[in-house]
Amino acid sequence: MFSVSSLIFSIIFFGSCFLFYRNINIIIRNIYLGKDPGKFEQSKERWKQVFFIAFGQKKMFKKPLVAILHLVVYLGFVIINIEIIEIILDGILNTHRILFSPKWANVYRFLINSFELCAVLVLTSVIVFLIRRNVIKIKRFFSEEMKGWPTLDGNLILIFEIFLMSAFLTMNAADLALQQTSLSYKYPNTGSFLISGLFSPYLANTLSLNSLFILERFCWWFHIIGIFGFLNYLVISKHLHILFAFPNTYYANLKPKGQLTTMESVTNEVKSMLDPNIDSFAQPASPASVERFGVKDVKDLNRIQLLNAYSCTECGRCTAECPANLTGKKLSPRKIMMDVRDRIEEVGRNLDVKGEKYNDNKSLLNDYIKPEELWACTSCNACVEACPLNIDPLSIIIDMRRYLVMEQSAAPSELNTIFSNIENNGAPWQFSAADRLNWKNDE
Amino acid sequence: MGITVKTMSDLVAQGENAEILYWVGSAGSFDDRAKKITRSFVKIMNHAKVNFGVLGTEESASGDVAKRAGNEFLFQMQALMNIEILNSYNITRIVTTCPHDYNTLKNEYKDLGGVYEVLHHTEFISELIQDKRLILSDNLKGMKITYHDPCYLGRGNGIFNTPRELLKAMGVELVEMKRFKRTSFCCGAGGAQMFKEPEKGTQDININRTQEAMNTKAKTIATACAFCNTMITDGVKFLAEGSVDVLDIAELIVKSQNL
Repeated sequence: MFSVSSLIFSIIFFGSCFLFYRNINIIIRNIYLGKDPGKFEQSKERWKQVFFIAFGQKKMFKKPLVAILHLVVYLGFVIINIEIIEIILDGILNTHRILFSPKWANVYRFLINSFELCAVLVLTSVIVFLIRRNVIKIKRFFSEEMKGWPTLDGNLILIFEIFLMSAFLTMNAADLALQQTSLSYKYPNTGSFLISGLFSPYLANTLSLNSLFILERFCWWFHIIGIFGFLNYLVISKHLHILFAFPNTYYANLKPKGQLTTMESVTNEVKSMLDPNIDSFAQPASPASVERFGVKDVKDLNRIQLLNAYSCTECGRCTAECPANLTGKKLSPRKIMMDVRDRIEEVGRNLDVKGEKYNDNKSLLNDYIKPEELWACTSCNACVEACPLNIDPLSIIIDMRRYLVMEQSAAPSELNTIFSNIENNGAPWQFSAADRLNWKNDE
Repeated sequence: MGITVKTMSDLVAQGENAEILYWVGSAGSFDDRAKKITRSFVKIMNHAKVNFGVLGTEESASGDVAKRAGNEFLFQMQALMNIEILNSYNITRIVTTCPHDYNTLKNEYKDLGGVYEVLHHTEFISELIQDKRLILSDNLKGMKITYHDPCYLGRGNGIFNTPRELLKAMGVELVEMKRFKRTSFCCGAGGAQMFKEPEKGTQDININRTQEAMNTKAKTIATACAFCNTMITDGVKFLAEGSVDVLDIAELIVKSQNL
């Protein structure tokens, strides 16, 4: 049963699984470079989010037509991949359609027919997506941050899927044609399939036996190697969202969107400042209390914020709703997420290549994200609401503002005035606190 | 008509209790436009015979602006000071006319030891109506009004319908803008933007939003936030001064019910 082809297949199969495992571990390692986000309670609510938002793609349905196309591609792709169980078994054992048995021919045909139907639906949707990106040129795919690789990435994924689906259908069509030839001992009679059955007669009429056989083998290998390639492509692509959507929605914020986090490190300091019994000039009790306030670089972010960045598929729904972006400001919530991913990847690479002690003298702030972008945010939460995966760019923006203000005193000058007004008069305006009730006597 | 306002310290001195604390907020205390909203809401509470108190000079900025500007130190200083005052009066229920203070007091004081039931004034007015302490007649029948969702009330805390129901109770013909409720568009004031010049761009956010509101052909733009009110009032001034009124829901109630 075993042969050279089994050996080659097994090397490719186990090799690509190993490569994927290794790369995904690097990504997880990178995420763990971030800060511990603490405990996650309300697991029931969290699983609900996974079910409705990741699996059910609930938030996509704000745009029903696109949502249906997206769901089709996703479900189609998942369902068709059931077929790879058989392909992998065939590959390792050097068999052909090992799961087919004449006794269960109807069931087998039903499954393959479903896969073929899915393939056609996926093909159609993917073509519509390509048209949206490249012919209709939907505006959100053409922001500044989409230039170069991000745009290519988006198109490559779609072209990848076209090739995979076409190979799958052609493979079946050639197979059907071969079932009627002298090679039928190798190609058991499965009965015709829904889609490939439509054009297998054409193949049978135009191709020689040899060509048919080569075509079938080529498509079979192309399809399965393509799938292994696609799996490994995920780790460098925005397409990683098909896996990370699930943990991302599990860990997504459950609190009201308006609520920002409370910085405990600040609470300790403020309490000691307000408490007359504590000597505020005393040395800090432990070195842990001299941590950095806010976020300067990716390691200052928490792990959920980093997971958010890896989960982002750059669809740009956030940026398309951002009031700052829509009125021409530099801020783009999508760019924030893309910058975080680019930077954490860079930090991870440096760690692997140049070691722990290496410092590239770069940081997320300034080298990737400029203060001008951060100060344009109105904290309106439109981006968080728009994200189909509940990614939270706002939390990153606020954390970076915290660094600018508390570590660098680099707030815009008007805001510094406001800060001192609040400190001195208890209001952002320069009115005396003693006049706070004067409104009572107006009119 | 005058209004009656008592401070918590007065109430305590007289041995009285307040059923609710009205958190006026810095804008509501000092900003000329916002003060009108404050007085309108007080008129409504006076009319409904609500026994409320204010902190008066003991109130201080909630810290919302500082927090969103990244100054967590200043925010927590303000919060801890305010919490100390609130807790010294054993405050359990708070109503506020400012969605920013609403969000801050309700969600962000909790971690620092300030746990209160906090209501936005539209919620409290709605409660007064339910308890039959306030009756709204449909004096605004047929009046075309559009409602602008304040971010910190709507998306931030999920309150979309209460303000709309108050408008409908007065007979208003509510016309929605293209972007409303969850996908509502910011007025441009949040996140400390109210107090600084916008970054360089092609348009001011409030102009974009005001244009959208004016496209509905409504004669009045209703809001439920002093900051939104200022931003949209400025937008109307810029686009077509005097063509549309910008009013808080509390003001609309006072106007239509002759309080």
